[in-house]
Amino acid sequence: MLHHHAKLERKSIVMLLFIIVTVLIGGLVEIVPLFRSETVIEPVEGVRPYTPLELAGFNIYIREGCYNCHSQQIRPLRDEVARYGHYSLAAESMYDHPFQWGSKRTGPDLARVGGRYSDDWHVAHLKNPRSVVPESIMPTYAFLSNNQAELNDIADHMKVLKMVGVPYTEEQIANAYIDGMAQAHTEDTDENVAGLLERYGDKINARVFDGNPEMVTEMDALVAYLQVLGTMVDFTSAQSIEPAGEVAADVPVEDAPATETAPEVSADEMPAPEDKSGE
Amino acid sequence: MSTTTSDVAPRYNDDVVRLFTIATVFWGVVGFTAGVFIALQLAFPALNFEPYLNFGRLRPLHTSAVIFAFGGSALFATSYYVVQRTCQTRLFSDGLALFTFWGYQFFIVIAALGYVLGVTQSKEYAEPEWYADLWLTIVWVAYLIVFLGTVIKRKEPHIYVANWFYLAFIITVAVLHLGNNIEIPVSLTSAKSYPVVSGVQSAMIQWWYGHNAVGFFLTAGFLGMMYYFVPKQANRPVYSYRLSILHFWSLIFIYIWAGPHHLHYTALPDWAQTLGMTFSIILWMPSWGGMINGMMTLSGAWDKLRTDPVLRFMIIAVAFYGMSTFEGPMMSIKAVNSLSHYTDWTIGHVHSGALGWVGFISFGALYYLVPKLWGRDRLYSLKLVNLHLWVATIGIVLYICAMWVSGIMQGLMWKSYDSMGFLEYSFVETVVEMHIFYVIRAMGGLLYLAGSLIMVYNFIKTVKGEVRRSEYPEMTAQKGTEALA
Repeated sequence: MLHHHAKLERKSIVMLLFIIVTVLIGGLVEIVPLFRSETVIEPVEGVRPYTPLELAGFNIYIREGCYNCHSQQIRPLRDEVARYGHYSLAAESMYDHPFQWGSKRTGPDLARVGGRYSDDWHVAHLKNPRSVVPESIMPTYAFLSNNQAELNDIADHMKVLKMVGVPYTEEQIANAYIDGMAQAHTEDTDENVAGLLERYGDKINARVFDGNPEMVTEMDALVAYLQVLGTMVDFTSAQSIEPAGEVAADVPVEDAPATETAPEVSADEMPAPEDKSGE
Repeated sequence: MSTTTSDVAPRYNDDVVRLFTIATVFWGVVGFTAGVFIALQLAFPALNFEPYLNFGRLRPLHTSAVIFAFGGSALFATSYYVVQRTCQTRLFSDGLALFTFWGYQFFIVIAALGYVLGVTQSKEYAEPEWYADLWLTIVWVAYLIVFLGTVIKRKEPHIYVANWFYLAFIITVAVLHLGNNIEIPVSLTSAKSYPVVSGVQSAMIQWWYGHNAVGFFLTAGFLGMMYYFVPKQANRPVYSYRLSILHFWSLIFIYIWAGPHHLHYTALPDWAQTLGMTFSIILWMPSWGGMINGMMTLSGAWDKLRTDPVLRFMIIAVAFYGMSTFEGPMMSIKAVNSLSHYTDWTIGHVHSGALGWVGFISFGALYYLVPKLWGRDRLYSLKLVNLHLWVATIGIVLYICAMWVSGIMQGLMWKSYDSMGFLEYSFVETVVEMHIFYVIRAMGGLLYLAGSLIMVYNFIKTVKGEVRRSEYPEMTAQKGTEALA
């Protein structure tokens, strides 16, 4: 070995090529099959691209670095399913460019935060987290209420996303601005809201999220995004695909708890979906 | 090691090494300060000033400042220094080398400005947006040309082991950077881009990148540093040439596979998780091979640890390297990871590697380099080096112990059930328990920062040519030293 290596370390370009080959192998073996295997993302009903307003919210989530403290990936472990709801499926983040799974929970997981709290709670919480959760260490985001949501060029964003595989239709892109505005003030744009629902489905949350009908703000966009997280897949009707059974994630907005305490589910009602935890 | 220490300016290009050395010290202080500040933000949320100085925008500023600005500048400085000495030749191109300095500093500044203004890709350690990525690509190609060009025109028949590591670091970081930043800008005037891949694939590619940013930027590059500066400072040959070869090839081959351990129990397919875990555990062996090679280089010179605080920095660095490369494989085991992941334990693990290994080996190299680069016989004060060492070590111990306790405690609290089978703690109850550990962590960081300021003082005095005469009694007997010239 030493003899051969002594030759190798006299040739810089050969050494360079050896290094390149050596470091490429592992990555290729682990990454390439993810693009070729159909088992990576099991198809699930309900997952759709974000509406223009939700997409603007997704971009605010990224801009503010929310992923630094909040994960969006519920692991199939008993306590996580009890705390946050059904474990995350690959399909649920298939339109996230890039993924927002996160790596640290300084704050709780947000994969299924949609529908858990009222809009008012989110707005109060974002403006000053300690007004609703006194012990919270989250920064304040009151300025979101004063900024207009960036919808002017949202169609351009959707065009790029379409290029990379998000199935936006031409019609959705053409109406991006109108749809974005319509989702956040329902009072005077009934017709536009109807168009929005037609293009994205009946389950869309279309309302004044931040309590201010005068302007579509970044607060509207971020809350619209948070309220859709984890709600696209209806797990009560997905039992044939997911043998795990019912997972109580769907708490209606009206019944949402007023504190940060997650709904607790007894161990009897909540078997671990798969016994991967070794517990 | 056939180099001598008497090499001076015209033979080698040390101007660019000096520039990068200054940048290393400067960005180190900036990065550590940012770290202390965001640590305090987690303990005292009133320190967040929206929107520009919120934790979410400053955390990437801290990580980029310490990894890319401090660590990167240290790698540029030492690689340019080492490659010239071990190849017995001047840098391939002075102009291109100077371009890598200003080009890299410009990258750091535009990336940092972006974070504060909310421009980020949200991929950890790959936050800079497309325009900064493109610019870094250009700078990095220039770096490769300068480094490889110098290796090619070497006057030594063999390529020295430190250069294998530097070369692997440069080329692999290029591959990772390109692979993880395939993105389409919204328009040429927009800072925003969208990566081509999404969901599971983007997670896998990101952590292939992210873990190997640790493996190649923070490990392979700094091992290059170890393989030059430890033997030089100890005045001993590398312990085992055979072990170097084994260490090098096994490390770079295995590291690449370890990325999926960041994605245990996620929607990533199980086979990839298991593969990632397996290789992470295997990785323990080459890592410790490197540690042993560094440590045992002191064979026959262990007594120097008693008198040489610079060598002490390097050996403590290697010890921390050994510790974190044991802890890492352990945390990659799925059962352990189910407790440790998403908690502060990970943060503690990263910092034992970053503060202990990367920081200390860099400080050791800097203490070696500064007197040589500025033509001084010795450092201003070895006692201050020793003070830096202990202040920083105590800082690290506070930091990692606080994070171990808070991380494991939080992990256990999340999984705790009461007698009725309900979750015992709400999330925010676990946050409350973190407070005291966040305060201790910030104090640890503050000590580490204080240590670096002691170093800055020592360097300023050294560059000015001053010496603390009380520490060098023999000098008072001699008349007229070079240091006073």
